[in-house]
Amino acid sequence: MAEFTLPKNSKLIPGNHFPAPAGAKNVRTFRIYRWSPDSGDNPRVDTYEIDLGACGPMVLDALLKIKNEVDSTLTFRRSCREGICGSCAMNIDGTNTLACTKAIGDCPSGDVKIFPLPHMPVVKDLVPDLTHFYAQHASIKPWIRTQTPPPPDRERLQSKQDRAKLDGLYECILCACCSTACPSYWWNSDRYLGPAILLQAYRWIVDSRDEDTGARLDELEDPFKLYRCHTIMNCARTCPKGLNPAKAIAEIKKLIVERAS
Amino acid sequence: MSTPLRTPLKTALGLGSAKQGLHHFMVQRITAVALLLLVPWLIWLVLTLITLDFAAAHALLAQPWNASLLLVLVIAVFWHAQLGLQVVIEDYVHGKGSNLVLQLAVKLLCFLGAAAGVLAVLKIALGR
Repeated sequence: MAEFTLPKNSKLIPGNHFPAPAGAKNVRTFRIYRWSPDSGDNPRVDTYEIDLGACGPMVLDALLKIKNEVDSTLTFRRSCREGICGSCAMNIDGTNTLACTKAIGDCPSGDVKIFPLPHMPVVKDLVPDLTHFYAQHASIKPWIRTQTPPPPDRERLQSKQDRAKLDGLYECILCACCSTACPSYWWNSDRYLGPAILLQAYRWIVDSRDEDTGARLDELEDPFKLYRCHTIMNCARTCPKGLNPAKAIAEIKKLIVERAS
Repeated sequence: MSTPLRTPLKTALGLGSAKQGLHHFMVQRITAVALLLLVPWLIWLVLTLITLDFAAAHALLAQPWNASLLLVLVIAVFWHAQLGLQVVIEDYVHGKGSNLVLQLAVKLLCFLGAAAGVLAVLKIALGR
């Protein structure tokens, strides 16, 4: 359901302030969403003043610095720190992106505001619960489905042209930035698959080696699973890998038209 | 989102695919194209009508081409509106009862509007 105000227990309250160390010259303020399931308190926004002279260039560097040196209770996911694992997806200055590839210098002047991915249940602080998102991914059976057994002596081959069709799709790291930026996904994520999962679905639909294309299209042709996409395009704007899930969704819609006409 | 003692996949799969939606998608686009062509024509028609007296306006509307296009326009407008409003309600209204009542109201009002519009055009076109 569309929700235009936050529920009472989700309303933000002012949080703690951690001033910059004495002698810091290049100070940037980070305002970070904090919520712990243990306290029973409403979420708050803590303010951290960080000396950029003693901090790496990326937002993730600042988060790690805070966790290591200022406030070890700050909770967030991170792993590869180079934009390939998708763990550190969060909302930075109003846009979903990866903290590890977002430079602090690229954040507009003023405080850097860091929130968890929007409209997801929060586990703690910047950690969203992606259980349903992953279950939706599993629901499209994201693996090759064939009737022909693989050749005994080699891999399943595809032409260079067919391989090129996977460009712009295989790069998706399932960070969930796009799906959680999509208003349709906010209101209807229980049934709408969302841009990330639909891009993944198209990745298998367009794969020349997969033999279950018709069944895949059957499974997607649904007023909610697919057609909740209203080409709002937030997905393409926010994707930290520069992909275009909206185009993949449009291609699925075109294929469903094509097979009926 | 999680329901006790149900796997996340069970929740994600829900009732499965309706295996339809193409028809809605197509009709929405076909009526959109029709309206894209017909609305400029309607603007021309209205601008012409307001310069005419009643008898001349009546005669202009009664011309077969104008009456036919007007009929198509009326049907396309209400068909398109009904499809669009259905999606808006599906998007935002999730109560089972309120959803049903609103969907029914939109469909019936659109049918009524279309019927009244068609009747009006026919009366002008066929009435003497």
